[in-house]
Order: sequence, then C-alpha cells, then structure tokens
Amino acid sequence: MERLQAIDRRWIFLFIMLAVVIPLAFDLTIDEVATPEVQAIYDRIEALPPGSNVLLPFDYGPESEPELQPMADSYVRHLCRRKQKLFFMCLWPTGQAQTLKTVDQVLEQEFSDYSYGRDYVMLGFRPGGQGVIQVVVTDFRTLYQSDVEGTPIDEIPMMQNVKGLKDMDLILNISGGFPGLKEWIQFGGDRTGVPVAGGVTAVQAPLLYPYYPRQLSGIMGGLKAAAEYESLLIQGYSEAYGTETERFAAIRRMGPQTLAHLVIILFLVVGNVAYFASRGSSGERLKSLEK
Amino acid sequence: MNEQTRRFLVVGAVGLVVVFALVWSALGQMEGFWVSGSALGAWFAAFLTLSILSFLYDDNPFYRFAESLFIGVSAGYWMVQGIWQQLIPNMLGRLAPGFVNEHLAQVPLEVDPVDRGMALVQLVLGCLLLWRLAPKGTWIARWPLAVIVGWAAGTNLTRYLVSDFTKQVSPALIPLVEPSQTAFLGIDWIGTLTALVTVFGLLAALIYFFFSVEHKGFLGQVSRGGIWILMITFGAAFGYTVMGRIALLVGRMEFLFVDWLQVIGP
Repeated sequence: MERLQAIDRRWIFLFIMLAVVIPLAFDLTIDEVATPEVQAIYDRIEALPPGSNVLLPFDYGPESEPELQPMADSYVRHLCRRKQKLFFMCLWPTGQAQTLKTVDQVLEQEFSDYSYGRDYVMLGFRPGGQGVIQVVVTDFRTLYQSDVEGTPIDEIPMMQNVKGLKDMDLILNISGGFPGLKEWIQFGGDRTGVPVAGGVTAVQAPLLYPYYPRQLSGIMGGLKAAAEYESLLIQGYSEAYGTETERFAAIRRMGPQTLAHLVIILFLVVGNVAYFASRGSSGERLKSLEK
Repeated sequence: MNEQTRRFLVVGAVGLVVVFALVWSALGQMEGFWVSGSALGAWFAAFLTLSILSFLYDDNPFYRFAESLFIGVSAGYWMVQGIWQQLIPNMLGRLAPGFVNEHLAQVPLEVDPVDRGMALVQLVLGCLLLWRLAPKGTWIARWPLAVIVGWAAGTNLTRYLVSDFTKQVSPALIPLVEPSQTAFLGIDWIGTLTALVTVFGLLAALIYFFFSVEHKGFLGQVSRGGIWILMITFGAAFGYTVMGRIALLVGRMEFLFVDWLQVIGP
C-alpha cells in the first residue's frame, strides 16, 4: 500500500496518455443525451423564424480550439440549416482566424447557397473588450465602418436594416475567457433584452451557470456539451448527417475524454484506499509501540 | 537517477520520435517536412508539442526553448496587435487621418473635432503613462493610471450591480414547494428538492461569510453547512477544469497521431 502512495507521477501521465490515444485509434464513441441547458440553445435556434439576425461573437483563440471549435461549427451548421443571417464579430484578435476557419471549413464547404453580404458578414475584431459591446448596443457603425475585407458597411446588403444590437434576434457567443459570454450578458443581453446564449470552455462554465435560465437562454460548457449539441444536430437533421458522424469532432473526442476521466477516478480511488489503509496500519504500529 | 541520465532519457525519447517520423515519411506514410510549407509548419508544431509535453518527465532544454519561444511570440503578437489595432487606427488615424490613410492603414478621412480632441487626450495620457520609465517624476504615471481605473470602475459598476446583483437576487426568491398536477401528493419532488437546495445552500454559504456574529450553536451548524456547499462548488469547478484540460490533451494527441504522424485515420 505504501508503494502505491509513492507511485511516480509519470506513470499516471503515461496511463492518461494511453487512455486518450487508444480510444482515438479505435474510434470509441459514446451516445450523448442533451442536458436541458444545451437543449435550450437548440430549441431557441429551432424557434427562430428563417431570416432572423444572429450575432456570432467568436471570442476565443487556438488555445481553446479543441473545446470550442466544435461548438462554433455546430452553431453555424444549425443556423445555416435554419436559413438565418449570420453576423460574425470578435472581441479577441485571434477570434478572426477562428471565424475564418469555420467559414472556410463549414459554411463555404457545406452551404454553397450562402452568399457573403446577403446571408453572412464578417465584421471582424475591434479592440476595447466590453467597451465594444457598449458601443454596438446603440450603433455598429461607430466602430465598424467597414467589414474585414474593407467593404464599407453601408454597401453590405444585410447591414442595411441593422443599426445596433437591438436589431439582433439572438446573440450566440463562443467564449474562451475575458471578454466573453459574461460580458455579453452584462453589457449586451441585460441592457437590450436580446436573448444571449453560448458555449464556453469547461473552466468558465461553473461561473456562468448562475445566469441560466433568466439571463442566459442556454449554456454549453466544454467538450461534453459540444458533443451533446452535435448529437442533437444528428438526430434533428438525420437526412443530412445521419451517416456522416465523422465530421463531428466533439463526439469523436468524447471517447478519449471519458476513458481519461475513468483512469483519473481509478487513480483517485486507489490513492485514497492506499492512504486510509496505510494510515490504519501506521496507527496500529503506533499503538503497539505505546504498549 | 542523476540529472545527466534524465536529460539523456528526454533527448533520447524526442530523438526516437523524430527518427520514427523521418522513416515513416520516407516510406510515404506521412508528409515529410520537405514536401511543402504547411508540412514544415506541422513538423515544427509537432516538435514544439513534444518539447512542452517532455516537461511531464522532467525539466529539460527542449521545454525551456519551447516555453521561451511561446512567451516571445505572444509578447510580439500582442505588441503588433496593439500598434495596428489601437494606436494607428484609433489615435494616429484621428490626429492625422490623411497621413495614416496614405502610408499606414485605411481610416475615415473626416474626423469629428471632438474625436480628434479625445485622441489628443489619449496621446497625452499615453505619454504620461510612459513617464514611469523616466529617472525622475515617476508619480506622473499615476494620473493616467487613475483615469484607467476610474473608467473601468465606472463602466463595470452599474453593469455588475444590475447583472450580478439585482438580477441574481430575484431568481433566489423562489417558492420552496413546486406544485404539480400529476405527481404524488401534488408536489413536483425533484423541483422542490432543487428549490430547497438552492435556497438553503445560498443562505448557508452567506452565513459562512457573515463574521459579525460568532459561529456557535445553530449559526455554527449552518455555517458548517455553508462550508460543505462551498466545497461541493469548488469540487464541481475542479471537475470542469479537469475536463477542460483533458479536452486540450485530446486535441494535441489528435494533432500528433492523426494530423502529423497519420497513424490514426481522421
């Protein structure tokens, strides 16, 4: 038991690595059932009439891509299936590259009928964090005179009837930290009454749950929630995705994630058993010494 | 195991992976770094990933190189972002729009006089902030700092008060018993349990932070309950953190085995 307690931490790292690589190699996947807060986002998008304005602030970077990119891809897939108008923007400079990734790999590949300027627009990054949200609440044009390609905003057809944040029907944020979903609730949703929902890294999720369901229409925390959303998409649009689950990254990653969690739980149990067992034996030894 | 042996092991392990990758790419099973620019980028990314992961074994020169490179690139990236996204369009672009438009970046040529005045104030405050580096009068840098702190406090105060206080109080004032038409005794038992945990959990946690009265007797018991609530919250947060970190590891392993080595199919 004492040997178990003194196990080299590097053995644990090795086991975790194997727990991640083996399910990847054998394509181990797990059936996901959507939790109410994930289902709420799906239902909210389903309930929007076609042609609604949806703001997609992508506030994250490559460091949180494994968790958040599947959410971004799923949102865009779902919104395009529902024929909504997409307004991409970001409060993080790295968010623009992530937006481009989704646009290149999902929107342009799978939805060729979507046209830039008519169905979607990339407003790009503006510095200022929550200050940007405060400004766009009243008027996008104060900060966005042009889009990412330098086209004047007034020449973009889908911006003709959009002045400020109140003209949006939904704010669907993806957040890797500050500024992110919390700021969109505080400075955007709560001020304008526009519903806010979004996906965040697992680390942030517990801090955002108190806003659900009154200030936050739905929340997706980490890879697990991303996989739940993907499974909802597969169920809801089985004619499009029924046989092509390999494009859904979060479902693919949940196999390694689950096995790694099991290994961690196993080590926790073994560590605690070894600790209490050795404490018991050392206590008995002390008693025998006292005698 | 001495320091030299540890280093030898790390270098040997990284070397082994590189040799395997070279042989693997020579056999045509994966893209060699000589094939294209993107392949070279993938090889370098793989090298940096392995260098960072090598720290799990022990500290070593590969890890320190990757760490220093990351810090340097990050600092450079944010500096360039600051210059091209803030200083040039928001300040210089308002002070000298003609010059900026001609030589640096596309900005509106017509600038409101108030905006120009504000840009001038920003320039002065920015210079005062840099005064900290001067040998004398470093206190001058406190003035722009005071403006920054004041702006942040003013901007955030009202929003935090509304979103994180008033709007959070009303959801906590909920009925303790959830009625139901169909459930046993006309009570939604799950909903009721949730309401009880929410209300009593909130009260217990608040009482734990109420230090004006000594935590003895009934108050002490409730306060201990508050500690349990806090511990469960921290546990949930830690569980989420573990999930997040494992997700990042999965992402890196996918990159190494699927995108780079191509030993696992996409």
